[in-house]
Amino acid sequence: MSRQFTFTDPGEGIHEAEIVEVLVAAGDTIEEGDTVLVIETDKATTDLPSPYTGEVEDLRVSEGDTIEVGDVLLLVADGEDEATTTDQSGEEAPESDEGSGEESAEEPAEEPAEEPAEEPAAEEGEGPEADEGGRAAAVGELPTEQRSVDEAEAPERAEGAARERRQGPVPASPSTRRLAREHGVDLAEVEPTGEHGRVTSADVEAAAEGGPVEQEPREPVSDRRERPESKRERAPEPDHERWGPVERVPLRGVRRTTARRVAASWRQIPHVTHHDVLDVTALERWRREQAPRVEEAGGDLTLMVLTMKAVAGVLARHPRFNASLDLDAEELVLKRHYHLAIAVDTDDGLIVPVVRDVDRTSLLDLAVEVSDLIRRVRDRDVEGDELRGGTFTITNVGPLGGAGFTPLIQLPQVAILGMGRARLEQVVTGDLDAHRTEVQFRLPLSLAYDHRVVDGADAARFVADLAEAIADPGALLLTS
Amino acid sequence: MGDAFPDHTELLIVGGGPGGYAAAFRAADLGLDVTLVSDEEQLGGVCLLRGCIPGKTLLELADLQLLAREAQERGLRFGDPEVDLDRMRSWKQEVVGHLVDGLHALVDTRGIRVVQARASFDGPDRVTMTVDGEQQRTGFDHAIIATGSAPTPLPATAFGGRILDSAGALELPDVPERLLVVGCGYVGLELGSVYAALGSRVTLVEVTDRVMPIADQELVGPLADRLGDRFEAVYLETVVAEMVEDDQQVRVSLDGPDAPGEATFDRALVAVGREPNTEGLGLQTTGVELDEDGLIRVDTSGRTREPDVFAVGDVTGGLQLAHEAFHEGIVAAEAIAGRAAAFDARAVPSVVYTDPQLAWCGLTEPDAVERDIEVEVVRFPWRASGRAVSIGAGDGLTKLVCEPGTGRILGVGIVGRRAESLITEGVLAVEMGAVLEDLARSIAPHPTLSETLHEAAQLGIGSPLHLAPSAGGARDT
Repeated sequence: MSRQFTFTDPGEGIHEAEIVEVLVAAGDTIEEGDTVLVIETDKATTDLPSPYTGEVEDLRVSEGDTIEVGDVLLLVADGEDEATTTDQSGEEAPESDEGSGEESAEEPAEEPAEEPAEEPAAEEGEGPEADEGGRAAAVGELPTEQRSVDEAEAPERAEGAARERRQGPVPASPSTRRLAREHGVDLAEVEPTGEHGRVTSADVEAAAEGGPVEQEPREPVSDRRERPESKRERAPEPDHERWGPVERVPLRGVRRTTARRVAASWRQIPHVTHHDVLDVTALERWRREQAPRVEEAGGDLTLMVLTMKAVAGVLARHPRFNASLDLDAEELVLKRHYHLAIAVDTDDGLIVPVVRDVDRTSLLDLAVEVSDLIRRVRDRDVEGDELRGGTFTITNVGPLGGAGFTPLIQLPQVAILGMGRARLEQVVTGDLDAHRTEVQFRLPLSLAYDHRVVDGADAARFVADLAEAIADPGALLLTS
Repeated sequence: MGDAFPDHTELLIVGGGPGGYAAAFRAADLGLDVTLVSDEEQLGGVCLLRGCIPGKTLLELADLQLLAREAQERGLRFGDPEVDLDRMRSWKQEVVGHLVDGLHALVDTRGIRVVQARASFDGPDRVTMTVDGEQQRTGFDHAIIATGSAPTPLPATAFGGRILDSAGALELPDVPERLLVVGCGYVGLELGSVYAALGSRVTLVEVTDRVMPIADQELVGPLADRLGDRFEAVYLETVVAEMVEDDQQVRVSLDGPDAPGEATFDRALVAVGREPNTEGLGLQTTGVELDEDGLIRVDTSGRTREPDVFAVGDVTGGLQLAHEAFHEGIVAAEAIAGRAAAFDARAVPSVVYTDPQLAWCGLTEPDAVERDIEVEVVRFPWRASGRAVSIGAGDGLTKLVCEPGTGRILGVGIVGRRAESLITEGVLAVEMGAVLEDLARSIAPHPTLSETLHEAAQLGIGSPLHLAPSAGGARDT
């Protein structure tokens, strides 16, 4: 008798992950707690320990696969009494001569007996995620059961006879059934929204993305389940090879997450970007003075750290930049905490960890914390929660150059500050009649904001206050 | 036919019938390099060359003769029909020739390589093709076996001479004065009807206790009622104990409750089933497996136990109908092209081109009973249809087999003229998961036979237009 090791949410609100490394093979003996898979969830890499002891009977995933909560990862034979095993879906271990999905698939799993009349009520409010066992069957089985060739049975041969006794085939049009096949979705596991329990194509797509279909389209507050673009709204792929040779690289991991998030942001938020250039001459002098002290403490006092500290203070005076828009409630959610997300360029792509309570952290501690965080992000050594909960984001392309750009806001935040490269510039100061030319160290800033929440004047005031805060480095030392 | 033998092809299809050419067309449309090998000069297989198409061409003439006879009672008299067998044969060939030409044009348009040869597998990734004793090996990435089936002879007899199979009967060698038809399935009934119309005295023999044993007997009723007028005799529960031919006649020994024992006929048509063509394919050099009936085992995409080899159509069993093979061919081609394809049809229609015609799809009432599926059956008798009565087809019947409670249409059965075209609406209803109300509220033109489907659905939801609400055994569970 075998047990299914099913991918469950590790407690971080995770819905899907990518298999980075498979540490076992079919036939291996594993102990409960042994790491069997390494997965990359949103932006962190995690080891998955086996919940069972026994022999790996069938490995259902391979490196590079995307798995969703509820997917069966592997089957573990434990040789124990069958009665102790909970086989939620009724699925049996496949013959697995070669382990290839299609070949080893067999008769469709019989669904748990459900009286048709009770079915709608029983499934009410129960998304596919709540139904892990069933979903496991849905993903583990490709619809390629051996076909009966008995003439008398032939018209209905595609259906499991035992299931039909209680209820007919799941009502869905041929095109919807094709879609379900493509997504590996078992129609019996899809919550139907069509008339008389008919499963629609939208239901199948929703099931494929792991959530219940929304009856009325609305803008999600969170972007977690957004795909870069669903197939329906995209033009067909052009023939990329037509004009010359190409190479295809799968969109995976961080790249895919970024693609999904920025597309959602771009689509949902009316962005406006306010540009300004700030005089940071005094700040830079002060920074250079203080840097050795901070370095002794193990931190790196960068312009970024100083800007973070200044921004935290300015946000307290401009609460609508430290907010979320709750469209369901038609309310602004003003955050009374100042967790600043910072964009970090890594070998794997853009990762955005969060520094908590920047307003209550001393500059010295902040410098140390940011240095450590950036190092750990680049080493892929961060917990999932360290990548979540930001209230405002700062992205600094300065070290690489650039005078101005238009950053994209991270949902569900409403603003992001972009820093360009600070540089020496000749600046004319004074008025029309009495002016002089001086050299300043100047920092180009781009503040992108959600125009549904704040206006251009708000942004101008925000940046003016930031300029003032930055002009007086001494003030930054005062923590609130 | 006659493209050069390739050394290698992405997709090799063995067989040029409906399954083979449908797979070839779909695969070519999906961008695969396709080679179709067939040992016949013409594409089209049994269906086009020696089955459905020539059969229906002749049945149309038989129908015309029956209609002309019926018209006499309604005030229109023709003289006695004259049969010009030569012209009939050439007309049939014109029809087939036209369609074969069309098929070859489609093959050319799609750039499919066609090779006339016998193909035999020589391992899981290549075949040896033989033509005129010359051999060549061709490698493939994938192959589809679509070699079809052949009529099953009676024990100790062979086709040829006076014992005909369906193909032989369609050649119209002559009009035998007395014809024995062994097997009351659709082939026997259809070809028996052709010869009866031509003037043969036809005797039908069936081993089971009913004609069209695979069909819902309620639908067969109106057909069975007319058999006595058309055929000299119908012997049920009768086996052919012996069949011997000489150059004059066929002598048979019939063993059954009503059978005359010894009898002689001018010709005999044996239509007792078909067996898959798997001999000589070299399947033993591959992992392809056969089941106990000799059919190739496949999964729902048509994949055999040899992962790169697929099989479609009669050679895999099923209903052994051309339209099923078409779709299996398409599915296999899509699966080979990497698509998530499966043959998941819920309503493969069957049609018997007798007069009246039978047609059904999806779940039948006898199936439901046998498999203990609870269903609700609605019947609309054609005597309440203006169109049916006006064409003298008031004995027809339209049945809907539904899921209790929801009224979801799970199957449709029709007996009556032109059922061949009516059944498609039933197929659509079943495939789309339609409920009775969907059909009832879709407007059928009046007066047409298609109204019988709509009226049946209206009856099912309690309010038929041309019947009393409780009539016709409605909501019979």
